[in-house]
Amino acid sequence: MKKTLLPISLFTLALLAGCGSQPPAPEQDGAGVESRNPNAVSSTSPIGTSSTDPYALAALKDPKSPLSKRSIYFDLDSYVVKGEYQALLDHHARFLAKNTQMKMLIQGNADERGSREYNLSLGQKRAEAVKKALQLLGVNEAQLESVSLGEEKPVCMEASDSCWAQNRRGDMLYSGEF
Amino acid sequence: MKKLISYLSAGILFISAASASLAQLSIEITGAGAQRLPIAIADFAGERVVSQALTSVIRSDLERSGRFQLVDPGTAPMNENIAPNFIDWKSRGADALAAGSLSATPDGRYETRFRLYDTQTQAAIAGQALAHNSNQLRATAHRIADTIYEKLTGERGIFSTRIAYVVKSAGRYELQIADADGNGAQSALASREPIISPAWSPNGGKIAYVSFEAKKPIIYVHDLASGRRHVAANFKGSNSAPAWSPDGRKLAVVLTKDGASQLYLVNADGSGVTRLATSAGIDTEPQFSPDGAFIYFTSDRGGSPQIYRLPVAGGSAQRITFDGSYNVTPRLSPDGKNLAFVTRDGGRFRVAVMDLASRQVQILTDTAKDESPSFAPNGRMILFATEVGGRGVLAAVSVDGRVKQRLSVQAADVREPAWGPFSK
Repeated sequence: MKKTLLPISLFTLALLAGCGSQPPAPEQDGAGVESRNPNAVSSTSPIGTSSTDPYALAALKDPKSPLSKRSIYFDLDSYVVKGEYQALLDHHARFLAKNTQMKMLIQGNADERGSREYNLSLGQKRAEAVKKALQLLGVNEAQLESVSLGEEKPVCMEASDSCWAQNRRGDMLYSGEF
Repeated sequence: MKKLISYLSAGILFISAASASLAQLSIEITGAGAQRLPIAIADFAGERVVSQALTSVIRSDLERSGRFQLVDPGTAPMNENIAPNFIDWKSRGADALAAGSLSATPDGRYETRFRLYDTQTQAAIAGQALAHNSNQLRATAHRIADTIYEKLTGERGIFSTRIAYVVKSAGRYELQIADADGNGAQSALASREPIISPAWSPNGGKIAYVSFEAKKPIIYVHDLASGRRHVAANFKGSNSAPAWSPDGRKLAVVLTKDGASQLYLVNADGSGVTRLATSAGIDTEPQFSPDGAFIYFTSDRGGSPQIYRLPVAGGSAQRITFDGSYNVTPRLSPDGKNLAFVTRDGGRFRVAVMDLASRQVQILTDTAKDESPSFAPNGRMILFATEVGGRGVLAAVSVDGRVKQRLSVQAADVREPAWGPFSK
């Protein structure tokens, strides 16, 4: 029972988070502000708080971590996860295995051409393919949820081959990001 | 709770059926039929401004159909009770002539009367008297155009029917309902999230559609008169592609609750879900044949998206399209004889029609991004979405490919058209 309720509650959270007058904007880092504190300049001791574990929670926010890469790109009409993404998926699988409280929402997308409904199904298949690949790498299914956005949420808006290639995509989002 | 209320009020706006929308569809005729019947529609007698408004709508309806050539009737109003000078009208080139009158009635309404004449046989071949309010002028004109069209072509006119479509502008999606000529658009639903796949119930009273307003695709059934709606399918995963059964009691839908997109049947009230078919791949875009015997759908079970059909009573699916690597969105003509669909050919997506008896396919359009074909209820025209100059527009093409029209809204994308049924 708990298992079936979970996705609904996640969507409810998403619904609440999406309220207000604007469509949800992607999270952005704030702009840096120069420090004017002279003590900050002279401090040389290393910051010993970050873990060396590459699959610690903090690694999710580290732009140098392979976990910062969240997108799997697909060929036209295809929902086959290409071999080149195996290493990336392996990193995410390890992270999920280590952080069992974390959940992942996989959003499948399609480029704008052709049938909207077929593209919705294609996006679902792409999200499912990423989910299955992660399960094969040992991830517990209860941590994974796949949804499709079809062709409705393109990241690139031009009508060009390179743009369409960016929109044929599966995105991996972690708890707190969706 | 406060947040939820603000979401409901800010995100989803129900607009009463009475409120007219600002966005107006404008129609451009880009191709006409080969054999057009020359017809003159004289200005009707009566209050000049009102009667001219009426006759101009009749004329543009008939012209837009691509079946008529309008003959200049001159400026003299013509009452339906005065015998026309048939020799004169024949010499002007008119094979048919309509004349009429519009008069105010004691109860503050109007009565419009007209007669249709055949100038060859010099006989009145149709006539009608219609009582209406001043705000029903366009509807009255559409009724008259329907009568003229049916009398002269032998098939029912579609001028009194309505169309549904989605307008997207700056992060806002609106499901709109307009007259078949694009006039009188009203918004049934507005949302900040996508609305797709509107489908008219067979009696025209309801529209089923897919809305992403809850951040995932959910199927709703929306009563047009009251604006009230209910959820018809909200299972785990996505819920999409609703298609009404001919009796209006069930919806064929696509659900991913058991994995990939598969076909199911639900009652229109959302109860009693049953699975229709099972495949390893994608099954989507179901549509019932008009006799209810088959469900046509898109599937990639053979390696590429193609159109199949499945007997509703049970049995195996039969493949219908074979040419090319992408044939999607099957839509049956109202008589069940033709199948419209979208085919990809060298990177172009175009509307094609298949004669189901001979299996012969004709590509009807020369555009490149066609989607969502939808038959007019008389089967004569196919409405579809396409792109012109990077903007979504609606277009219509006759089943023989000759008559072409374009419907666009200024500064907005129009998409997902669905042509409503004949009004009862």
